Amino acid sequence: MITAGVDIGSKTVKVVIVKDGKILSKVIMPGGRKKDEVADQAFNEALEKANVKREDVLKIVSTGAGKKKALYAKDDISEVGADAKGVLFYFPNVRTVIDVGAEEGRGVKCDATGKVLDFVINEKCGAGAGSFTEAMSRALEVKLEDMGQMSLTSHGAVPMNAQCAVFAESEVISLIHKKIPKEDIIKAVHDAIAARITSMIRTIGVEQDVCMVGGLSLNVGFVKSMKDALGVDLLIPEDPEFIGALGAALAAQG
Amino acid sequence: MIEEKFKTQPFKVFGKAKELRQGFYQSYATAKDEGKLTTTGSIMSFRPVIAGLGDFVHLGGEPYGAVVGADPIMSQQFTEETESRGYARDMCGYMRNYLGSMFLNKYAFGGPFKKPSFVFHVHFCEHHGKWYQIVKETLGVPVKVIDFPVGPPDDGRQESREDYLYNQLQESIPWMEKVTGIKYDDEKLIKALKNYFMNESLWGEIILLNRNRPAPIDIKTLYAFQIPGTLFPHEQRCVDFQKELLDEMKYRVKEGIAAVPVERARLMHDNQPPWYFLDLFRYMEQHGAVVVISHYVLFLGGTVNEKPDGSFERQPTPMEMGMKMTNRDEALRALVKWSLRRHSWRVGISNLADEKKDLEVKLAKDWHIDGAVMHFNRGCEMIASNEKEVRLALMAAGYPVVTYEGNMADRREFDEGQTMRRITAFMESMNLKKIA
Repeated sequence: MITAGVDIGSKTVKVVIVKDGKILSKVIMPGGRKKDEVADQAFNEALEKANVKREDVLKIVSTGAGKKKALYAKDDISEVGADAKGVLFYFPNVRTVIDVGAEEGRGVKCDATGKVLDFVINEKCGAGAGSFTEAMSRALEVKLEDMGQMSLTSHGAVPMNAQCAVFAESEVISLIHKKIPKEDIIKAVHDAIAARITSMIRTIGVEQDVCMVGGLSLNVGFVKSMKDALGVDLLIPEDPEFIGALGAALAAQG
Repeated sequence: MIEEKFKTQPFKVFGKAKELRQGFYQSYATAKDEGKLTTTGSIMSFRPVIAGLGDFVHLGGEPYGAVVGADPIMSQQFTEETESRGYARDMCGYMRNYLGSMFLNKYAFGGPFKKPSFVFHVHFCEHHGKWYQIVKETLGVPVKVIDFPVGPPDDGRQESREDYLYNQLQESIPWMEKVTGIKYDDEKLIKALKNYFMNESLWGEIILLNRNRPAPIDIKTLYAFQIPGTLFPHEQRCVDFQKELLDEMKYRVKEGIAAVPVERARLMHDNQPPWYFLDLFRYMEQHGAVVVISHYVLFLGGTVNEKPDGSFERQPTPMEMGMKMTNRDEALRALVKWSLRRHSWRVGISNLADEKKDLEVKLAKDWHIDGAVMHFNRGCEMIASNEKEVRLALMAAGYPVVTYEGNMADRREFDEGQTMRRITAFMESMNLKKIA
């Protein structure tokens, strides 16, 4: 049985095609403003990569904030549900999922079947999501993709006082003027986000194994900050940004 | 498997409830012109005591604030006016709506904001403590405040609480006579109190019937029917309405007439609802999930008695319990005892976490719920306190819980999209798909 999952997030659209429990293809594209068109393009590209025709796909399930934009999807699933299913594909023993995306952070507790037992979402504060690192990379004039490695080279602790991502930018500029090394500032930013996410996750409880997904899990510096804050090891799947789409495709399999 | 479908029908009393509500707010606007007394203050402020002065119309701050809150455009206008005068945005949502209406001299139902004869109020939270001080300073009206002593009834201090409350109520009567020039009539007090006790007992009994499966009434309809009991619980017309509603509820239970045709899950809602978005409940009903109980709908205008096994039963009135009310002293004593023992009210405002957790779990059990939806309501610090502990207690008792954030009376603090995503995820986690 061939199924597809499409995850329309705030910044990107991801598509995963699955056959009998095996991943055939994955595609990611910047979302842009016309997400329904991008969703269509991404799906077509995924079909081509998988060497599969559209009519061979039995069911398509969508997820993500823009899930209704996937007009070809027959059903949709919540992001928390998709996260749980997607993660268990890689790590069947995971019971807590942390998903930190561009604009939202989520925590999900699940059982061995992927049933969501509890969840928590931060969709109100940018200081607990990936957009905070984007804003800081601009303030520091550092490429976003370099921030992770740079923070691992930090040797000094710099407490961030600002609670808000907007005010943190001004604080970062002050730190730059004080000639604080950039790697120390970047680590402070990662630690600040990790503190917020950890505080949120603790409201649903941390049960091992714990897995982290979403775009920010590609940032090795942030992953270290999260491990330090949570005090547990974190499993990171390959291509963590595709977990939602994978979960949707698996949900389509029934 | 064929899903069971229950028969439904609209409530016969619905039109009457609407008429009573509309009529009430119009009556406040015209009361003074008709020579009637008008007062304002909390709806918890022992209003039946005012009845000794004769006919009066009391503009309860909370329901008025809620009615304004249900209209986001009006609410924004009123709250922004309040905030522009330096009052903090995190103040009680009802309060900001009410004060804005007063500051702008705009009554929500048309015309100017009418100045009441006096304020008759009760202090049960810090915002209420400030609220009517501002009304006094702005409108120049006399204010009488009753300080409400709340605490566990078995801590050895109940008798002194009763005396404290009784003395304040006694003192309020000559004060009212002085500010109005009206001679107080104890017979009117006694009649008003009997109606009041009966209404509170009736409302509790109505809500108790929702323990039946299928639930005869949904929460949105309960909120609509709650209105007479919150606006004029001391009046005979409220007793008549409640009796009619109770009879209809009993009929619905007997005939198996449900609130919704498909009842897959029974839910509890905690805290005030977002008054501008009661469609939240209709959305859940589209998944077969019906909200059957809320602590808020119980304590506002009703009371029940807790049995030793932790379940609930009808609370008999003081008259049924043999309390005499032949004079002012006996009547006020009955009111004091009734008010201080009102369990859900006392727990709601005392904010002792253990008591609140205990009550909520007991309500969940007795109403046979399958899950809870909690409004982390920024509009009311008092009722929102200990909500995290309540959530943990419900989860420890085995109930799945979802929380959403908002403000009962200020639409600016509510994100519909985000809330609906959470509710949808919760429906999904309970295996509740939209009914085709």
